[in-house]
Amino acid sequence: MKQIISGGIVFFLLLLTATLHSALYTVGEVEQVIITQFGKPVGEPVTEAGLKLKLPFIQEVNSIDKRVLEWDGDPSDMPTKDKLYISVDLFARWRITDPLQYFLRLRDERSAQSRLDDILGSETRNAVAKHELIEIIRTTKDRDPQRDDLLTDAERALKMGALVPIQKGRMLVEQEIFTAAADKVQVFGIELLDIRFKRINYNASVRPKIYDRMISERRQIAERFLSEGNGEAARIRGNRLRDLNKIQSEAYREVEEIKGLADAKATEIYAQAYNQSPQAVSLYEFTRTMQSYRTIISDNTTLLLSTDSDLFKFLKGVDRGKIPQTGESQPD
Amino acid sequence: MPTGNDPGDPGSPWDRDYRTLQYNLLKGGFSRYKNKLPGGYPGGRFLFLFLSLFLLGISLWSAVYTIPSDSVAVVQRFGKYLKEVPPGLHFKMPLGIDQSTIVPVKRQLKQEFGFITPGANDPYQSPAAADRERETQMVTGDLNAALVEWVVQYRIADPVKFLFEVRQPSETLRSVSESVMREVVGDRTVDEVITIGRQEIEYEALTKMQALSSKYAMGISIDQVQLKNINPPKPVQASFNEVNQAQQEKEKLINEARRDYNKVIPLALGEKDQRIREADGYRLKRVNEAQGDVARFNALLAEYVKAPAVTERRIYIETMQEVLPGIRSKIIIDPQSPNILPWLDLNASQGDKP
Repeated sequence: MKQIISGGIVFFLLLLTATLHSALYTVGEVEQVIITQFGKPVGEPVTEAGLKLKLPFIQEVNSIDKRVLEWDGDPSDMPTKDKLYISVDLFARWRITDPLQYFLRLRDERSAQSRLDDILGSETRNAVAKHELIEIIRTTKDRDPQRDDLLTDAERALKMGALVPIQKGRMLVEQEIFTAAADKVQVFGIELLDIRFKRINYNASVRPKIYDRMISERRQIAERFLSEGNGEAARIRGNRLRDLNKIQSEAYREVEEIKGLADAKATEIYAQAYNQSPQAVSLYEFTRTMQSYRTIISDNTTLLLSTDSDLFKFLKGVDRGKIPQTGESQPD
Repeated sequence: MPTGNDPGDPGSPWDRDYRTLQYNLLKGGFSRYKNKLPGGYPGGRFLFLFLSLFLLGISLWSAVYTIPSDSVAVVQRFGKYLKEVPPGLHFKMPLGIDQSTIVPVKRQLKQEFGFITPGANDPYQSPAAADRERETQMVTGDLNAALVEWVVQYRIADPVKFLFEVRQPSETLRSVSESVMREVVGDRTVDEVITIGRQEIEYEALTKMQALSSKYAMGISIDQVQLKNINPPKPVQASFNEVNQAQQEKEKLINEARRDYNKVIPLALGEKDQRIREADGYRLKRVNEAQGDVARFNALLAEYVKAPAVTERRIYIETMQEVLPGIRSKIIIDPQSPNILPWLDLNASQGDKP
């Protein structure tokens, strides 16, 4: 008997535990809960976190996320208005605002994600096809780019280092996709918070053309550098010759000027001295002639001297050449 | 566990404890029941006591937890947010009533884009290997392409927001970062992106990312955006190098021409000075010589004036005396004796020349 009673107590306790375990449930900060009874939602969704009660065994807890969720699309290829194939990767943020609606229409997140795939995918295609590529690349309409100081005016005129002008810009295109899609997802109890382009890239088939353009643009700059270098070098070589000639001719001129002045000065000094009196003139003439004899007459000169000459007149006799004044000058 | 994706993931070990606990409870209950049936009373009581102590021990063990110094813990009671707990040793209600999530708020976290530093603990730090290449590819505002690598440094500023506002905040941060970087690069020319505009890009990307992360209420604060390698796409790199080479070549050509210039011009200037100085020397020489000559002449003149004839005669004879000995053939003739010329063998006297 005792054994039966204690067995009954144990059984009752187990039953109580199981009931409590089924009737009590917790709601976390990140979730909201819909209670279903035989698969049919009952009552208002539970959005407050904490320990909650429900009917045991017959009611079920369906947890739905309350946080901001992410939708990350797969990159897909699509053409732009200017017929460029690009690969676009979008991401969006969304939230379940009407959990009941969401639960009835979609049940779980996987189907929600696939609806978002469909809706955002097609809206993106629409928007991209309506715009040129540059509209979804650039954002600020009248941004003035910094330019390399190395670019010449001619290259600037060719729009090198310039941005391609836009009408709308990335933000507005994103906004267009957002407004179009936000209405369509509302029926699922979903609020679309925003969408942004994550990646936009050239499609593999377009890339070689883009690369070729980049290469030709770079080559152009490289060629200019080379010709600038050669041009500048030629200019310097020209300068070298000019400066060299200038310096040398200036030197010549100055040298000649100085020499001329020197000669003039010397001539003036000589003239002043030699021309001071008739006697000076005759003395100069005489001494200078004598001086020149010393250099003019050399050892292989043949000299015919007359005994009439002043030097040899005494060879014929003392009296012949005697000068009335003094007799001091004699040969030897 | 809703927190299963978050860093510091305390959910799973705790989960394990919880399960063993449940298992033990069940086993305890069952054995108690079984022991009572055959009536082995004293032994059963002992076992019951032992099991109760064991359970108490497990509960206490699960109630104690420590928080490392770089983190805080967010405690939830029955799933509802209760409090934020500072680092240290703490107690909580056991058996799944309280749960704590450790969030490393003081740790500087980073995310890498386009490159992978191996050995990272944080799964969101580096891109997936398949994504690495795609992450870097960008289109610039002049419709060129560039490969950009960068790093975002961030911290978890608000652990409550970080855990409860956004699912996978780190993943969202990656998307935000990529999106913003493309937006900023898309507004710039390829020259700006690759060479001259790096700082500006870092600054603008940082500002925009900060704005977005506070708008998204992710509980993350972004400290820095740093650009790493920025390259043109592989097939184009060679032509970018060509530009660099051409630039170097240009410098080289100019320098060589300058070298030639410098080799010649300073020398020519020096030579010019040399010639001018020489000319100056010539001038001094001429003038001094003239003055010397004149001084000598004047001195001579002064004496000459006193006796011109005899001085002249003396100088003449002195000169002759000096000059004549050097002459090998001297013929002294008397003008009165005619026909002397035929005797002279002029050629012979010239042939005598040594």
